[in-house]
Amino acid sequence: MTDSLPSSEAKQARASEAADRAFRWLTAAMALAVLVILGATGFSMFWGGRLAFQTFGLHFIVSTDWDAVSHQFGALIPIYGTLVTAAISLIIGVPASFGIAFTLTETAPRWLRQPLSVAVELLASIPSIIYGMWGLFVFAPFMAADIEPWLNDHLANAPVLSTLFTGPPIGIGMLTAGIILGIMIIPFISSVMWTVFNAVPPQLKESAIALGATRSEVMMKVTLPYTRNAVVGAIFLGLGRALGETMAVTFVLGNAHEFAKSLLMPGNSIAAVIANEFTEADSPIYTSSLIALGFLLFVVTFIVLAIARLFLYRLGRIEGARP
Amino acid sequence: MRLRFGMALAAAIGLTTSLSATAQAAEITGAGSTFVYPVLSQWSADYSKMTGTSINYQSIGSGGGIAQIKAGTVTFGATDKPLSPTDLNAAGLAQFPIVIGAIIPVVSIPGVAPGQIKFTGPLLADIFLGKIKKWDDPEIKAINPGLKLPDAAINVVHRSDGSGTTFNFVHYLSQESAEWKAKVGEGTSVQWPTGIGGKGNEGVAAYTRQIPNSIGYVEYAYVIQNHMTYGQLKNKAGKFITPSVAAFQADAATANWKEFPDFYQVITDAPGANAYPLTATTFVLMYKHPKDAAASASALKFFKWSLEKGQPAAAKLDYVSLPAPLVKQIEQYWTAEIK
Repeated sequence: MTDSLPSSEAKQARASEAADRAFRWLTAAMALAVLVILGATGFSMFWGGRLAFQTFGLHFIVSTDWDAVSHQFGALIPIYGTLVTAAISLIIGVPASFGIAFTLTETAPRWLRQPLSVAVELLASIPSIIYGMWGLFVFAPFMAADIEPWLNDHLANAPVLSTLFTGPPIGIGMLTAGIILGIMIIPFISSVMWTVFNAVPPQLKESAIALGATRSEVMMKVTLPYTRNAVVGAIFLGLGRALGETMAVTFVLGNAHEFAKSLLMPGNSIAAVIANEFTEADSPIYTSSLIALGFLLFVVTFIVLAIARLFLYRLGRIEGARP
Repeated sequence: MRLRFGMALAAAIGLTTSLSATAQAAEITGAGSTFVYPVLSQWSADYSKMTGTSINYQSIGSGGGIAQIKAGTVTFGATDKPLSPTDLNAAGLAQFPIVIGAIIPVVSIPGVAPGQIKFTGPLLADIFLGKIKKWDDPEIKAINPGLKLPDAAINVVHRSDGSGTTFNFVHYLSQESAEWKAKVGEGTSVQWPTGIGGKGNEGVAAYTRQIPNSIGYVEYAYVIQNHMTYGQLKNKAGKFITPSVAAFQADAATANWKEFPDFYQVITDAPGANAYPLTATTFVLMYKHPKDAAASASALKFFKWSLEKGQPAAAKLDYVSLPAPLVKQIEQYWTAEIK
């Protein structure tokens, strides 16, 4: 509040300029803080894991050992399990999210849109431990009794699929974990997709419709290209969550340090290993290896995001080069 | 079951839990084993009601408990894996047992009822090594004549998290099988040759119940609460023992504690005729010359009360109380070692 002295207008202008500057600095500081925190997190994990990196060197990344008794540690199995479950989750989560977003913006009756979108977003607020317990007590037995025997019966002779989809029907393993992750990332991806689809200027869509385009053509040729960056961003938000998810995964993944080609076999993921073993890691090299795993998850996520950026950039150039 | 599960979870995600409902002047702090948490919690509540002294115990895992007491941030640490006298001396710590639990082999095999299937130590080791792969293996049949076992693959279930339960189980296997000792060894987590890992006793119990033809190992309380199919285990005297509180007590009573300085002993295969051979002991670690002598003395008072008067509460939670002669020995140890 300023008092009404003659020079108050000038004062006010100066004050608002100062406030504007302060605001700019404040926001810049917040953005910088993210970078600093990120850098510090990465560095401190690297520092915590230095004993493991020193001891095992690059071998740490390619070794399948995980033996706390003889102090031999390697990260390959957790890295593999993390990537495989995240890939399965995307294969399931992305089409489902797209379907939800498409329905919500294009085809669902207006009165249904609000409740549907709220329902989807509510999925995001369910704690991951609940997904894990549901997975363990409800979904895994269903997979063991119904899905996996069917896969074993029908895919036994298919060339690649038989390696991937046959195995002991125990209901617990990488496929089950991937499916549950897929369900978990749906709200993250679909809510962003739905929001950006809604933000497409109606004129664009209307002109496409006026030219005789069908709803799916409008989606594929107008809405998706227009929102491409945001959609890819949404997918990678979901992927980031899938890569780092801990509780839900550890319940249904089987937590076995064994390398398995079949998706029905148990595996391990980086986050699950850390959550499982940190409390009782009783030697410095053990603790250090676990922290080093955390650092590798950081690196894996970074690489995946970098690939996504590169992909977007290339896509943008192809689009730009098109006549 | 729910309580234990919740505690394991809290420990797993690094939450610390305070036992004290009300702030009291005299507060004892402790940290460590998740296995002992339920009974410590019960004792603490009872003791606090009587004396006004509350115990703040954080169930962060045995490894964490050892680290915390070594850092001097707590009055006592609790661990399922005893420290050697050398380690204890180096850190200036005293060690004594506080409660005993039992680890039970559990199976789910169609047509096999609780207590029907028999195991020996070497047989369990071969199964968990992945050497015996099928339930109708001649070696299993040899000690289970008359029991109808399926021609099905054995699904091994073990713990995925580091745990005192695993430590005691693999310690037993190491004692029983030279091959286990050489190939896998012992520790709170090991490189399992086969099988899938469940998180916590709860996870192993759930996997074992859900996966047909599986075998796992859990604490006794989980067997009772989940109505699981337990096996009998052959003891040193050559008898097959059905798990029961009486059999665990026989184990604790016949184990020879006198020979082991600082109670550095993992009891496996106690000589008693009716002793169940696979038990797990939780130990408390305290400073011999504590910085905060008042807190330490107050903690000892609490443990004295727990050991002497806490049996009913322990029994209700399916723990085995220490036998009276051992309690006496512990109290003598306190007088001699903790100033």
